[in-house]
Amino acid sequence: MSTQASRAAARLMLSPAVILLLMWMIVPLAMTLWFSTLRYRLLQPGAHPFVGLRNYVFFVTDPAFSTAIVNTLILVGGVLVITVVLGILLALLLDQPMWGQGVVRLLVIAPFFVMPTVSALVWKNMFMSPTSGLFAELSKAVGLVPFDFFGQAPLASVIAIVAWQWLPFATLILLTALQSLDREQLEAAEMDGAPPLKRFWFIILPHLARGVTVVILIQTIFLLSVFAEIRVTTNGGPGVASTNLPFLVYARSLLQFDVGAGAAGGVVAIILANIVAIFLMRAVGKNLDA
Amino acid sequence: MARAVTNRRKLVFTLVAWTLALLIFFPILWTVLTSFKSEADAIASPPKFLFFDWTLENYTTVQERSDYARHFWNSVVISLGSTFLGLLIATPAAWSMAFVPGKRTRDLLMWMLSTKMMPAVGVLVPIYLICRDLGLLDSRTALVVILTLINLPIIVWMLYSYFKEIPGEILEAARMDGASLRSEILYVLAPMAVPGIASTLLLNIILAWNEAFWTLALTAAKAAPLTAFIASYSSPEGLFYAKLSAASTMAIAPILVMGWFSQKQLVRGLTFGAVK
Amino acid sequence: MTVSIRALLGATAVCALTAAASAETVTIATVNNGDMIRMQALTDDFKAKHPGIDLEWVTLEENVLRERVTTDIATGGGQYDVLTIGTYEVPIWGAAGWLVALDDLPADYDADDLLPAIRNGLTVDGKLLAAPFYGESSMVMYRKDLMEKAGLTMPDAPTWDFIKQAAAAMTDKAGEVYGVCLRGKAGWGENMAFLTAMSNSYGARWFDEAWKPQFDSEAWKKTLTDYLELMNAYGPPGASSNGFNENLALFQQGKCGMWIDATVAASFVTNPKDSTVADKVGFALAPDNGLGKRGNWLWAWSLAIPSSSDAPDAAKAFVAWATSKDYLALVAEKEGWANVPPGTRTSLYENPEYAKVPFAKMTLDSINAADPIKPTVDPVPYVGVQFVAIPEFQGIGTQVGQIFSAALAGQMSAEEALSQAQALTTREMQAAGYVQ
Repeated sequence: MSTQASRAAARLMLSPAVILLLMWMIVPLAMTLWFSTLRYRLLQPGAHPFVGLRNYVFFVTDPAFSTAIVNTLILVGGVLVITVVLGILLALLLDQPMWGQGVVRLLVIAPFFVMPTVSALVWKNMFMSPTSGLFAELSKAVGLVPFDFFGQAPLASVIAIVAWQWLPFATLILLTALQSLDREQLEAAEMDGAPPLKRFWFIILPHLARGVTVVILIQTIFLLSVFAEIRVTTNGGPGVASTNLPFLVYARSLLQFDVGAGAAGGVVAIILANIVAIFLMRAVGKNLDA
Repeated sequence: MARAVTNRRKLVFTLVAWTLALLIFFPILWTVLTSFKSEADAIASPPKFLFFDWTLENYTTVQERSDYARHFWNSVVISLGSTFLGLLIATPAAWSMAFVPGKRTRDLLMWMLSTKMMPAVGVLVPIYLICRDLGLLDSRTALVVILTLINLPIIVWMLYSYFKEIPGEILEAARMDGASLRSEILYVLAPMAVPGIASTLLLNIILAWNEAFWTLALTAAKAAPLTAFIASYSSPEGLFYAKLSAASTMAIAPILVMGWFSQKQLVRGLTFGAVK
Repeated sequence: MTVSIRALLGATAVCALTAAASAETVTIATVNNGDMIRMQALTDDFKAKHPGIDLEWVTLEENVLRERVTTDIATGGGQYDVLTIGTYEVPIWGAAGWLVALDDLPADYDADDLLPAIRNGLTVDGKLLAAPFYGESSMVMYRKDLMEKAGLTMPDAPTWDFIKQAAAAMTDKAGEVYGVCLRGKAGWGENMAFLTAMSNSYGARWFDEAWKPQFDSEAWKKTLTDYLELMNAYGPPGASSNGFNENLALFQQGKCGMWIDATVAASFVTNPKDSTVADKVGFALAPDNGLGKRGNWLWAWSLAIPSSSDAPDAAKAFVAWATSKDYLALVAEKEGWANVPPGTRTSLYENPEYAKVPFAKMTLDSINAADPIKPTVDPVPYVGVQFVAIPEFQGIGTQVGQIFSAALAGQMSAEEALSQAQALTTREMQAAGYVQ
């Protein structure tokens, strides 16, 4: 009896919070939807006539659009692969006995605290610059021609910077997951003479599956909207070589000052994000069910 | 014998781990070092690692140009404010989703998360107009509200996955003992939820501190946080590596130190239900 | 002792109160260029003259500034009281009614002293809408020592052929000296400013009189091919991400033989504090091709007051101060004549002290050689030398800049780049309703 009463009370008490939460999310979305149907160019004052779906057509028929989608997927996928693989290796390493483990861990998680703008600026200028960057100095020291990172491999360079920022996050989650592994099971396998690789493959990796799922989910959310790093380093170029969907929306809204098309792009981006989300849930969601 | 082997193993792991950790940390270290160089030393070829004339002139130059204390304080207020407001709204919501789940709870969660994937710039003008009409441009209030809004899905989800791991039987037991809903939350649930809430709090302070779109787009002078501070050094005239490094160090140092000190609390709850 | 301290404190508090009560705050949005940063450091002088006005500075990188300021003014946000904008924005924003006219500045401001070429660009319907802070054209800056070593002499008015010849002679890639540094970073105010000005001297134009894009013309093909050849053979590595600031750093480090860019850079490259080649720099007019137009642009960073400002009078006082003759004298006194913001006032160039500055004459000649009203060899429907003064240009210019930057990075040929630019511009101009 009392259980049912408290359940009802809980619902009653908490639904306003949920509704508030939903409203907060719906209001900007609704406004974006509305703006996306207007001809609204910031630099042309006056009325903003209704144009139906024209902004969508304009945004989607942009030759840069398909490149941007491919780039978005490469960026997300590339960073995920790097951070998950390196994250597992680092977590395994950090789980071993060693001196100064605490300090090592502090050093490894540090990049996670760095502002994306700052890390992009530092990487761009002090490391990857082909004239005065540290990498250029290194290659000159060994007699090589400095590599022009943002000219020749813009997307890969951006991926490297973003992966550096997210590697600590992946490592931390995977390390925590690793530490919850049942030691006895591992020791039993060792007793049975299972070689390290086998132990890794059949015991450790399955145990990490949930952790990997979480890393993929959380990072995907953030990686789909990577923006500051691109704007600081390559500005989406050369050409559109490193333009992803958020950057394309940005270019429409704030470089072309076309609010209508920018809003349309925002709506397209969120639809695609939902498709990715559904796909992700299908693929890995079962790992998350408690 | 066995001990020697263990120690040798330990030494190898120590060496490998330290090398990798230093490599990962190096960009930050290099930035801090460069901030103490003169502009000429900052671009010296071959690069100077430790043996240069240490100077504080970059910090003075940066401080003369922009008032660090004010930007810092704005960052503090905005990130703490939005985090606490977010927790206030999200905790009950996550609680209800975790303990009184409906059929659509998971879909609801996914949908909330997907709103986070929307490019912020797509809603810039609508939000800008709202802020203008409410007189909230260049105000910390606006930023607190907006950062709360954009980080809410993450907060809800983190709390939800944490709350979900609290065994329902404990609640049942408490109810059997005749605990009211209030004391149920206060005495049974809260102590168990604290680690999760603490790490949610920390993670969101970090996210809010580093948010660089809205904090730049909606502020001018009064409410500008450290993200705006750094934006004035991204390409000054001529040689600027040392000044950029000084400004970068000033912008990231507070959050880095906080992160380091609260590392244990951050990690403990940062599982998103990954640990079973 | 205690009493006097308390009295002092009390008096200070009262002062602070009255000051707070009467102070008007002027929020200034400005670019993080050297001259503006110097202005920020000199504001004590303004405060001494106007104790009732507080200044708030928002100093940002150019692109960030432009986004913020445009969003604010177009939505009437009113966050800023003084904007730093250029000759591209002034006519467009003025026509939209977003700017306060500056026709009632104090008499000693002497608006007639402003250089006519600059002043015309900031005047709409006979009203001055922005006060120039510094004006610039572009010119060739070159290393005298390297020219000598190469056995060449730079004429005062070189041709593009000579530039190519000199670049070849000066380049020493092993010694990290690149014959010519030019902008390659995408942006309507970056590589497109340079390329548009260059194309003018090649007889090209953005649009014909019916607003039809002209990237399929022979003149544009020659412009872009020559630019790519120059940069690929004699330019620095990573040129596709070099803008004004990056090239400035390269030149100051002694890595460029020639650099064709803003005249305002002259004071930075000749300043021994920042530049390793300060005493070795010579100047010449931007190159031409014998078609009657040189490849130099015209720009003025100017201070304007948005109509949404809530303190227009205080803002006016600030604008008048920052662009006055007295301000020039103040900078000269503190930092020397070479560091005065150039290119705005006739009286500055008549000043015998300023005439001693090595780049003074070349700067003035370059500014006078630019004609925003008739920028091209063939007639065009627009004004603006290195830009087209229509609202759509920023967007189109930046996208075309991306394409050309990709060509420079080797992703595509000049022909491909031009045909893409043509398609893109046509698409945008159709969407904007200029052509059917």
